[in-house]
Amino acid sequence: MADVAFLALAVITIGSAIAALEMRSLIYGSIALMGTLGGVAGFFLLLDAPFVALFQLAIYVGSIAVLILFTVMLVKRELIFKKIEDRRRKFAGIGLMLVTMVALGAVFLDSGIKTITTDEPATDFRDIGTDFVTYYWPALILMGLLLAGSVTGALVLAKREEVENAKRAS
Amino acid sequence: MPNELVDFALVSVAMLGIGIYGLAVKRNFIRMLFAVEIIINAANLNLVAFGRFLPHSGGQTMALFSIAIAAAEVAVGLSLIIVAYRMYQNVDIADFGSLKG
Repeated sequence: MADVAFLALAVITIGSAIAALEMRSLIYGSIALMGTLGGVAGFFLLLDAPFVALFQLAIYVGSIAVLILFTVMLVKRELIFKKIEDRRRKFAGIGLMLVTMVALGAVFLDSGIKTITTDEPATDFRDIGTDFVTYYWPALILMGLLLAGSVTGALVLAKREEVENAKRAS
Repeated sequence: MPNELVDFALVSVAMLGIGIYGLAVKRNFIRMLFAVEIIINAANLNLVAFGRFLPHSGGQTMALFSIAIAAAEVAVGLSLIIVAYRMYQNVDIADFGSLKG
């Protein structure tokens, strides 16, 4: 049975996930998204994965959420407070959400993972570091190249002059 | 471990459902990015939870890779939002139809 910390984290995570999508203001929405990401970091701590939890805090809450917040601030004021959504699709979306939750939840509850428990000690983060530099080293290098490429691509995309030239030409 | 694997899996399913709802209903580009982030976090939670209970260190390793790739994805997505916003002065994806080609 789940303990109190788990239940509190679940309420924080799911509640702020709903708030991130449903709040009228995009700024409050992105702050609620920070709550979701921090809640997932708390789950990682409960799962004895402090290394991943710190990565989650540093990368998601520290950089991605702040990046989103700055992008929101670049948008016009009336767009921040305007809800843009398909009214007709609203009920279809809620139905899709419920179908997904009920179907996948039923599969999980019906499967054998309810009986899985473990007494073994958690993975040491030294093992993860060793894995990174031994078995997964090609993937690590590829990931570094991918990050460099994506940051360069983002800079090139966001360059001001070319966009305005294209706008003038069209 | 007082918490069971199925609890974490159910929280992950709930986050996946909320993300799918956001992707289906919202037309604001930034909100759709929020929904994608929520889905990616549900996947990471599942990876770490199953890695803890198997137990195997691969779950955490894959979660770290996934976090790094999500950072790259968000950087590119946000710069696309900025470009589209400069061209159309709007964040509604219904207006972005002429981005193709």
